[in-house]
Amino acid sequence: MNELVTFLAVSAPESTGAAATGIARWIDLIYLVSAVGFIMSLKWLSHPSTARKGVKAGEIGMLLAVVGTLLKEEIVEFKWIAIAMVIGALIGAPLALLMKMTAVPQRTAFSHALGALAAGLVGTAEFYLHGPNLSKVALTAIGFEVVLGYLTFTGSLMAFGKLQGILPGKPILYPGQNFINLGVFGASVLIAGYLVVNPEAAHLFPWLIGLTLIFGIALIVPIGGADMPTVIALLNGYAGLSAAAMGFALDNKLLIIAGALDGTSGLILSIIMCKAMNRSFTNVLFGGFGAVAHIKDGQVEERSVRNISPEETAQMLENSESVIVIPGYGMAVSQAQHKVRELYDVLTKRGVDVRFAIHPVAGRMPGHMNVLLAEADIPYDRLIDMDEINSDFPQTDVALIIGANDVVNPAARTDKTSPIFGMPILNADQAQTVMVVKRGMSAGFAGVENELFFMDKTMMLFGDAKGYIGDVVKELSGVSAGH
Amino acid sequence: MDESLTNSLYVFVLAAFLGYQVISRVSVLLHTPLMSLTNAIAAISLVGSLILAGSAQAPFATVLGTIAVAASFANVVGGFLITDRMLKMFKTRGPAKS
Repeated sequence: MNELVTFLAVSAPESTGAAATGIARWIDLIYLVSAVGFIMSLKWLSHPSTARKGVKAGEIGMLLAVVGTLLKEEIVEFKWIAIAMVIGALIGAPLALLMKMTAVPQRTAFSHALGALAAGLVGTAEFYLHGPNLSKVALTAIGFEVVLGYLTFTGSLMAFGKLQGILPGKPILYPGQNFINLGVFGASVLIAGYLVVNPEAAHLFPWLIGLTLIFGIALIVPIGGADMPTVIALLNGYAGLSAAAMGFALDNKLLIIAGALDGTSGLILSIIMCKAMNRSFTNVLFGGFGAVAHIKDGQVEERSVRNISPEETAQMLENSESVIVIPGYGMAVSQAQHKVRELYDVLTKRGVDVRFAIHPVAGRMPGHMNVLLAEADIPYDRLIDMDEINSDFPQTDVALIIGANDVVNPAARTDKTSPIFGMPILNADQAQTVMVVKRGMSAGFAGVENELFFMDKTMMLFGDAKGYIGDVVKELSGVSAGH
Repeated sequence: MDESLTNSLYVFVLAAFLGYQVISRVSVLLHTPLMSLTNAIAAISLVGSLILAGSAQAPFATVLGTIAVAASFANVVGGFLITDRMLKMFKTRGPAKS
């Protein structure tokens, strides 16, 4: 890795070419240190114990980037910069400090929109200012920057709307949808290509912007809530790549490095998410998952489930030796994480071994459940990854499922006709007893019946997760007071 | 192909490779903070926005630049703050049992 950094160092100062004045060379060196800061920042994020140091490294990297840029000779006026920074800080700080942890996916989507908008606007201005005088390379880079920027802008706003509940979370499908979407995208790419060859045709540029903005919306319309982890990760990658494209356009190595780091991060995360659902990118983006699976609706038969009360639940949990909790999006919706923590506390105090099994796509963004449980003060060494914990289920007394459904559906292993067939799941069905906290008998996101609920060893705990777990905790604490 | 493009491509490919190596090692636990941190880092588009907002080339460019600075600076401030806020919550307990 060090060799790479050195290599980057060697190639950096050439960017200003023969025109490099003394100050420009210094700025390049400041940028280099800034890039190292970003790399170390991500490196330190590998483990919770060093992660906060990573944030510091990133902050130093960004500070250097800003200082280096403000030293540039082109920058002659600071008034608008100062005003914009104050506005930016006033938007960014409250979003970061006041928002509830359950709203982190929305915030993330919103910030992708802001970042992408910045890239799009800079590309637009660059084109109108210098269009015909730019090299083909710079024009191509601006094309990428503008297309990625604007499609990520509206796409992220759509994702934000769906996550926030302003827009319907279900996928919206209509005939010929993929055809229309690809047509819109194809048209904007064609215009971008035409503008690279004929930059004088500036009257086409608004069309490019408009079509790309529409494509961003159309891309997210057919995507449902449970696919959001993949889509948010993908948009994260696009936002990074648009910054890298800006780097190609401005011939700025720092932008290229930081953009490439972010781009790969987003792509890696979305690949992990796709694997965790056993689906391909194309399937996530064009599949309209969730709407197709409702065909079976007509033949829903009345089937009996075992329904138990909070008292019985408390008793069974208390008498078990090991419990694995499986949280899902339902836990986030009912804000039950703090009650879950209380449950963890009482049970641990009684010597019950409580662990949490985290499915990679549980929730609405990568790592969503980990953050919520950490917020509730559950030690992170109790949060176990799917691959690591799956073999432990047969030796576990109780699998307690809170607001999760598809990620524990055994049909993924057995039923070839199921839309979720092949998706890696948590083997909750192998535990001695299964408990499911659920509002009602509605199907999961995929619209698939879950056999798990009808098994003999499964108890259904109907109710709001927060209220139900609260009752169980009360029961358990009450008993301990009586002792 | 001109030299600066070749240079840029070198930097891009190597940085992407480095990013792949570094990010594959990030603990699954921290994927949400990873997203908010990379979000803050991607706000490096602030550099281009600052140049645009401060170089007084044309009024419309200054306006677009100012909006771009506000948008990317919101991500710088918000991204780092929320990443730190999340990371503060990840704790081990004292003596491990089991």
